[in-house]
Amino acid sequence: MAHITLDLAHSYKPRPQQDSDYALLPLAMEFQDGGAYALLGPSGCGKTTMLNIMSGLLVPSHGKVLFDGRDVTRATPQDRNIAQVFQFPVIYDTMTVAENLAFPLKNRKLPEARIRERVGRIAEMLEMSGQLDQRAAGLAADAKQKISLGRGLVREDVAAVLFDEPLTVIDPHLKWQLRRKLKQIHHELKLTLIYVTHDQVEALTFADQVVVMSRGKVMQLGTPDALFERPQHQFVGHFIGSPGMNFLPAQSAAGRLQVAGHALEQPAGRGLPEGALQVGVRPEYLALAQPGAAGALPCTVQRVQDIGTYQMLTAQVGEHLLRARFAPEQRLPAPGETAWLQVLGAHTCYYQNEELLP
Amino acid sequence: MSATTKPVNQKAWFLILPVLLCVAFSAIVPLMTVVNYSVQDIISPERRVFVGTEWFAAVMRDEELHAALWRQLTFSLAVLLVEIPLGILLALSMPAQGWKASAVLVLVALSLLIPWNVVGTIWQIYGRTDIGLLGAALQSMGIDYNYTGHASDAWVTVLVMDVWHWTPLVALLCYAGLRSIPDAYYQAARIDGASKLAVFRYIQLPKMRGVLMIAVLLRFMDSFMIYTEPFVLTGGGPGNATTFLSQYLTQKAVGQFDLGPAAAFSLIYFLIILLLCFILYNWMQRVGTTAKEGAGHE
Repeated sequence: MAHITLDLAHSYKPRPQQDSDYALLPLAMEFQDGGAYALLGPSGCGKTTMLNIMSGLLVPSHGKVLFDGRDVTRATPQDRNIAQVFQFPVIYDTMTVAENLAFPLKNRKLPEARIRERVGRIAEMLEMSGQLDQRAAGLAADAKQKISLGRGLVREDVAAVLFDEPLTVIDPHLKWQLRRKLKQIHHELKLTLIYVTHDQVEALTFADQVVVMSRGKVMQLGTPDALFERPQHQFVGHFIGSPGMNFLPAQSAAGRLQVAGHALEQPAGRGLPEGALQVGVRPEYLALAQPGAAGALPCTVQRVQDIGTYQMLTAQVGEHLLRARFAPEQRLPAPGETAWLQVLGAHTCYYQNEELLP
Repeated sequence: MSATTKPVNQKAWFLILPVLLCVAFSAIVPLMTVVNYSVQDIISPERRVFVGTEWFAAVMRDEELHAALWRQLTFSLAVLLVEIPLGILLALSMPAQGWKASAVLVLVALSLLIPWNVVGTIWQIYGRTDIGLLGAALQSMGIDYNYTGHASDAWVTVLVMDVWHWTPLVALLCYAGLRSIPDAYYQAARIDGASKLAVFRYIQLPKMRGVLMIAVLLRFMDSFMIYTEPFVLTGGGPGNATTFLSQYLTQKAVGQFDLGPAAAFSLIYFLIILLLCFILYNWMQRVGTTAKEGAGHE
């Protein structure tokens, strides 16, 4: 187990000229020993690059990787003693399930009895004890991926286990199970787990700390709660949540806030800077308000959808659309009617140049 | 005709007629001519006698033919034993990408583009002790090399020639097999701490199984039917040292005009190849599947 420190940048091109040449822009990050982390971001944001740099499959073009203060930038995965699980199942076709699980241990010349014990334990954890003697090649994709997971977890002295979108090939109902299993394993073994995904539900349910990335840049590192309540960057607000945060352009001047053509009183105790701002509010916090209430805007309801566990209201204010989530039993105005929505409130965030204002 | 019965339309048969004709003229008719010859004694163009299976019996007892068959089997076995490992080794050491990969591919494939009889001629000159680079060099090193005089030298020269000519095919097939292995396998092996040998044994070799099977079958069939190159190089000599089956067959059919025995023998030849390929194919299909399954239950 190790405390991982990154202070690096990476470009796949030999002589990077501008920001877009970098797969990872200069960043400094720390991963605490024994933490469960998720790297979350859209495809091509650099999360797999970051993972491969941590595991040692890739040497960063600039900067360093430290494990417990030791510089391992050029060390091989073996030297770093790291485990990694890939997006698509990698199994050794000619081996049985048990031999597959034992392979990382065998290569490190562990005693036979110890290998058997570890393989038995991991197989039990993954509910594969009955299949140990089966040939791995004949199994279904999800069973194969379970073997890959098992090979990642079978060594107990690893510095960290890295997962690169490991549940892509797994059926949805098994996904839940395996994710719970991983969480449970994390609690039992206290391993450092780093999990790459583009699925926010996966990231938010798995990790204690989530790293949100976009275009080679780390946008925010925080708990799922922090990402939801206080997105540091408009991208995070937009990316996290379903649907993402609503944004309205605003002009701040002399204690008043001009939002979508309506002048509102600035919330008390918030010293907002003068100039152009963006007001961000989560659909979950966009409540119905009394007509003319402070911080509320009159909106024209466009659509009300019943999505089973909640209702989704889409409303227009000026040329902007707002989405709001309501409980299924709530009585909502019909399309075409005017509804007052509480835009400014305790949970509202304010952004200038896409960055959150304190 | 009742309304429920389907209308009978036999016109579809005409549609398979072209295929039928092609196959008939390219395979069935020639084969049947051979069958026809194999059961007759053709004394002159006008006189022929039906002899039943006599030629087959005679051919089976032919000592010369037995010798040629053994020579052939040893040769094919040697070809496989040398070319398959060498081809794998070559494929493993070829660069994976960049201009080097393209350059090496062209270089490796070069010998495959040379016509058979030219290959024979190249090696005939190459191995000559007076003007050939190989022959003269070996002579000057004090090795008494002479492929026209010594049976073993001739045999080895034919083998080396075949290796030179055809190992690239095995290498190219293996190269294609290697390139189709996703990167994740190599990455996983690095993470798992596998040695180079383990990567070869557990990833590369199993993933190459399909192409290797094709390589083995192709090389076996081709080497079993080898004719042109040894014919040009040694003419089957010295003595009978490099007279392989097809050359023996040609001698019988065209040289001595023994059409009956030659026809009987070519049928047997055909069956031998079919049988050996069948056995090889099934054996290779099983290698790595059932063998492991058995081991799992120990």
